[in-house]
Amino acid sequence: MIESVFDILLCALIVGVALAAVLGPRLFSSVVFFIVYGLFLSVAWTHLGAFDVALAEAAIGAGLTGVLLVAAVSRLDRLGVKEPAPAPPVARVTSALAAGGLSGALVLALWSLDPDGTGLAPVVEANLHASGVRNPVTAVLLNFRAYDTLIESVVLLVALVGVWSIADERHWGGEPGLRQHARPDGVLATFGRLLPPLGLLVGVYIVWTGTDDPGGAFQGGTILAAVWLLLAMAGLSDAPAITRRRLRLAVIAGPGVFLAVAAAGAVGGGFLVLPTEYAKPLIQEIEAGLALSIAATLALLVLGPPQRGPR
Amino acid sequence: MSGVDTGTIFALTGAVLIGIGVYGLLVRGHMLRRLIAFNVMSSGIFLMFGATGARGPAAAPDPVPQALIITGLVVALAATALVVALLLRYAQITGRAALSEDMPGEDDPA
Repeated sequence: MIESVFDILLCALIVGVALAAVLGPRLFSSVVFFIVYGLFLSVAWTHLGAFDVALAEAAIGAGLTGVLLVAAVSRLDRLGVKEPAPAPPVARVTSALAAGGLSGALVLALWSLDPDGTGLAPVVEANLHASGVRNPVTAVLLNFRAYDTLIESVVLLVALVGVWSIADERHWGGEPGLRQHARPDGVLATFGRLLPPLGLLVGVYIVWTGTDDPGGAFQGGTILAAVWLLLAMAGLSDAPAITRRRLRLAVIAGPGVFLAVAAAGAVGGGFLVLPTEYAKPLIQEIEAGLALSIAATLALLVLGPPQRGPR
Repeated sequence: MSGVDTGTIFALTGAVLIGIGVYGLLVRGHMLRRLIAFNVMSSGIFLMFGATGARGPAAAPDPVPQALIITGLVVALAATALVVALLLRYAQITGRAALSEDMPGEDDPA
């Protein structure tokens, strides 16, 4: 009983914060509500027992997306962009009816599901021993459905190419984002010195522990990206020019290692087949490469297209 | 459906969040607000998907939706970053944050 009171309170909070994020009158407060929304969702995932998703939601959904949106609001402010006029009442009413109808249809669909359906959990459980890892989510991500993850790592790369290609022609080959300055004794600069060692430790630990416990390349890589962003935003370490070879290597390391392992599998049993006895070291190798690439790519995506240089 | 358990409550919340996101996408002209609404919608889809796999007495939620959701979160961030870059460039060039057809009574600057 107490359990479901907590569930309902948390869900009410999530819905309330989502409404504030979508309907809020001021853009900046909408963004802040969106970040709070991500943190509440992370609590929800923890409560559901989906710890891997909770970590990813907190780091990616609330954290990096939040940084991206806050930065976008301040850029729009500086450009002097005004809010467009609100939609006419007729459009608001019809849109509310359409959206409500969609939610209703989804609830009906949920109701029509087989209540005793077991999903794919038993299949994963039965084959977990062959995956080389003990965390079933990592087994799905990097073994059973490794295709998804391989293609996703390429999607990240394509998004980065897309962001870079928006650069002004003058700045192609320059440094991403604007040069950041922070007061040397300010909060940002102080945290910029205090947090990175801790962030590095936590990030690498979460990548490493992902084979057996919640964590992995995505969650850990995102924390490493946050460390780099913090250093860049505190003005302690400027982002490198996008033409730097080391940067390019870091960005393609993950998909590269992944493809190499996948191709090596083709010699044994088939593309992306990991032999059980080598599965764990191979997965750790892929995760190490992916964590590096995810950290670099996500940080570069948040920093945006080159806007300075090249010198 | 046998009783309303935690997974079901959160799956229903996911359905509501999808509606809120779609409403924002339809009525908001400001592209950054649309982006926020898009993200509310996508996390609603994730919540509905993941919580559906957490219904019933099973100890841990289904790992397959969890893995797909983690993939989805990363792809959503990549798409969000691309949209932010595009809309900042658009605002830089036009001085606006909404597409012209979404601004009633305002014609394209000649």
